Amino acid sequence: MSNKSTRCSACKYLRRKCSEDCILAPHFPATDPERFVHVHKIFGAGNVSRMLQKLPYNEREVAANSISYEAYLRVQDPVYGIAGTITNLQEEIHRKQQELVRIKAEIAIYTAGNL
Amino acid sequence: MAQAKNNNSCTRKNIMASSQSNSSTNSTPPCAACKLLRRKCIPGCIFAPYFPPDDPQKFANVHKIFGASNITKLLNDLLPYQREDAVNSLAYEAEARMKDPVYGCVGAISVLQKQVQRLQNELDAANTNLLRYACNIVDIPSSMDRLPLMGSTSSTGLGEGSVGGGDLYHHHHASGLPIPYTQAWGNNNRSNYHPPGDMDEMDGGERSM
Repeated sequence: MSNKSTRCSACKYLRRKCSEDCILAPHFPATDPERFVHVHKIFGAGNVSRMLQKLPYNEREVAANSISYEAYLRVQDPVYGIAGTITNLQEEIHRKQQELVRIKAEIAIYTAGNL
Repeated sequence: MAQAKNNNSCTRKNIMASSQSNSSTNSTPPCAACKLLRRKCIPGCIFAPYFPPDDPQKFANVHKIFGASNITKLLNDLLPYQREDAVNSLAYEAEARMKDPVYGCVGAISVLQKQVQRLQNELDAANTNLLRYACNIVDIPSSMDRLPLMGSTSSTGLGEGSVGGGDLYHHHHASGLPIPYTQAWGNNNRSNYHPPGDMDEMDGGERSM
């Protein structure tokens, strides 16, 4: 089939013809237009195409997913983006570690009392 | 007439020399962004406060991943007091993406989420033990330590099997954001990117317990 009947969401958004070898088509299907909107807003179609082109085929899907995820988080939080999520996770880890220390100290008290 | 032309030429040269000497003595160096983009760094350049000339790599990374025009749009949409944090987080993201073109920062998220889940499991077990002691249950045989964990006390709301389990969506309570991401890459060992901060200290602290 020489002509694609359905354009990918990227080509649809960019109002261009979606070629058979469109590098974005496998990762930005027409069924999820919002995904490309976020990615284009944050990274730009050209940058994403370039990034994907530099990767081997078997790594492009994962890269597209991680790029989409970062773009999504940046749209949600324009100031911190994914870095905010990382910070929150680090803080949660710190809180849980502190709680664990506290609980183990309490257990140690009970253990000492039972000796 | 020839003399008039010469005079004009000398005048123009003098003006240019004068302006050059003024620019060399009075002008500030262009910011890293304008230097890379080879353009004049005008007063009020949106990049100048955040991309000083002594750190060219910062802008180089950001430009390579996001593009200068996208950064301009992003910064223009923010209030001035938010821009520094935004630039720093973008620089962080860009650097992570340069180091790991496949996973970028997302690799770090996976590692941290696993750490959170591991800690939560430990907390659940420790709380169970504490409860036994608090209720004066003595001489607990070691086999009882393998009792099933209590109901989810996780503040993350991750629940069992939601990490690395292939769930399409799970919620991370601390961030308050849904994370629409497949976990197909979640068990990777590829990412060796450590986010800034005290991950090493945390690992060390964890081991010390």
